[in-house]
Amino acid sequence: MTTQTAPAGTRPVTAGDPGRRTSTIRLLLRRPSAAVAGGFLLLLVVLAVLAPWIAPYDPNEQDLSAAFAPYSAEHLLGGDELGRDVASRLLHAIRLALLAPLISVGVAIVLGVPSGLWAGLRRGLADTVLSRIADTLLSLPGLAFALAIVAVVGPGLVNVMVALGVVFSPTLFRVVRGAAMAVAEEPYIDSSRAIGCSTSRILWVHVLPNVAAPLLVQATILMGLALLSEAGLSFLGLGVQPPDSSWGSMLRTAYDYQFRAPFAVLPPGIAVVLTVLAFNTLGDAIRDVMSARWRR
Amino acid sequence: MNATHEPLLAVDGLTIDLTGPGGQPGLVQDVSFEVHAGESVALIGESGCGKTMTAMAVLGLLPAGFRVAGGSIRFQGRDLLACPERELRSVRGGAIGAVFQEPMSSLDPTMRVGDQIAEARRLHLGEARKVALRRARELLDRVGIPNAEKRLAAYPHELSGGMQQRVMIASAIACDPQLVLADEPTTALDVTIQAEILELLRDLRREQGIAVLLVTHDLGVVADFCDRVVAMYAGAVVERSDVDRLFGRPAHPYTRALLDAIPQNGRPRTVLPVIRGRVPAAGQFPTGCRFEPRCAHGGHERCLQPQHEAVLPDGRATRCARVADGDLVLAEGGAR
Repeated sequence: MTTQTAPAGTRPVTAGDPGRRTSTIRLLLRRPSAAVAGGFLLLLVVLAVLAPWIAPYDPNEQDLSAAFAPYSAEHLLGGDELGRDVASRLLHAIRLALLAPLISVGVAIVLGVPSGLWAGLRRGLADTVLSRIADTLLSLPGLAFALAIVAVVGPGLVNVMVALGVVFSPTLFRVVRGAAMAVAEEPYIDSSRAIGCSTSRILWVHVLPNVAAPLLVQATILMGLALLSEAGLSFLGLGVQPPDSSWGSMLRTAYDYQFRAPFAVLPPGIAVVLTVLAFNTLGDAIRDVMSARWRR
Repeated sequence: MNATHEPLLAVDGLTIDLTGPGGQPGLVQDVSFEVHAGESVALIGESGCGKTMTAMAVLGLLPAGFRVAGGSIRFQGRDLLACPERELRSVRGGAIGAVFQEPMSSLDPTMRVGDQIAEARRLHLGEARKVALRRARELLDRVGIPNAEKRLAAYPHELSGGMQQRVMIASAIACDPQLVLADEPTTALDVTIQAEILELLRDLRREQGIAVLLVTHDLGVVADFCDRVVAMYAGAVVERSDVDRLFGRPAHPYTRALLDAIPQNGRPRTVLPVIRGRVPAAGQFPTGCRFEPRCAHGGHERCLQPQHEAVLPDGRATRCARVADGDLVLAEGGAR
């Protein structure tokens, strides 16, 4: 990120040839940090899809002779307390690790973005009401609130992630509302009115793209946070239910047996850290690229 | 368009209030003027005297807190103030185009230039994007942007200020409007570009018969470009006249003082006359003539009465009771 600030300034965004222009994605890939983070996430997607074929064992197959097996050629990342292959369980858990943030951030976007745009552009009563709702949600401790929702609707991954989406939505609402407020003051919003745009067209066509940079950054960072929260809730036994595995539930079992197999926390722990780091790095890079793209 | 003498745009007795706490009724007071088809009318005055507010009212785009309290705005025979929002939207960008002061910030930074020009046509004429873009290319040619094909795909920040203003104009005339509202279209540009943009507007008037309502405080631009002038001071129209007579024989002490304040080449080493003081802030308007405290001819008892517009025998209108009665005769000639 910081290593890339110099090229960011000098990169010829305008070039001499406006006919052929570089897409935002290509600009992103020119940053090593973003390319690595994006590549890592892409690799995860591929692994998640291919997991049933490339995993050496069935993730739920028990082999008590391999219980607490150390890292070996036979069990690359060892075995857990029931002798299930950790590498296979880790691979299969990638799906949940990616799906869970998508669900919660998706819910947060659906709830937070339209309301934020509306409140930021129209202000007045709509803004007051929506902002108070957001403040109320934000004043509740997030995880505890998610726990309360889960207590009502029951445990399970989807329930947990939707609950987290509700918890995240005021964050997105605030980001979008603040950015939309600034954009609403811009003369180009007046000129879009002056050519006859309706309010909803202004919202989606003129305001949304101009708040996209902070929105994307926040959404990407929330993806990391969602993964972390999912791991936390599964660690507490509220997310994924056995025998399915998630990185959080794997951490839980590793924690339970930490004195017998101290190295078992490493695979799921490192997986969580790397993935969250990748989301955050990507978020930073998106912000840098998008702000360099449209301003000056 | 038609042979009758009904004006294209007729603003009559327009009064705008600032509502809410610290509000000011009569921020714009009793403004009347007309724009005929193909004509160019200037709205002049110092900053903060209600020019832009008047223009925005015509578009139905007053900022929050401002409310039209009276009067009418008739465009092509229908009262815009009585129009529902839907109908207003079809007028904006359709029959009335608008060009604003800051081209850089008046263009959406995330939208390609071609799409911004095409947007009006897609909205008003229901054209498909491809068709509208083809038309946008022609419009870019029309407003004098070289290499139009490639410029369609450019973002606004990739263009110079003059180019951006040309794009704004292209978008304003995209649906062949009858009237273009130009709110200080050249103020943010440097002098040579100003001349080019005015030349472009002049061409559009000549070739397409577009009427222009030009909001400006640059008297040079007015002399150069406009047929008639509406001078505003502190929210009220103080004089209406045609350009030649305004510059030759102003009918209000304020316009007289404005003309005197134009720097002259022929008078080296003289002190430039100025108008003392500043435009009163909203809420601090005098009860009598709003210009009286700064007027060189003030202090007369008739200046303490609220002033009303009076039409002189030769058709000019003034809001100075003393000039209207022949009690005060202003110096002739001067800045041209």
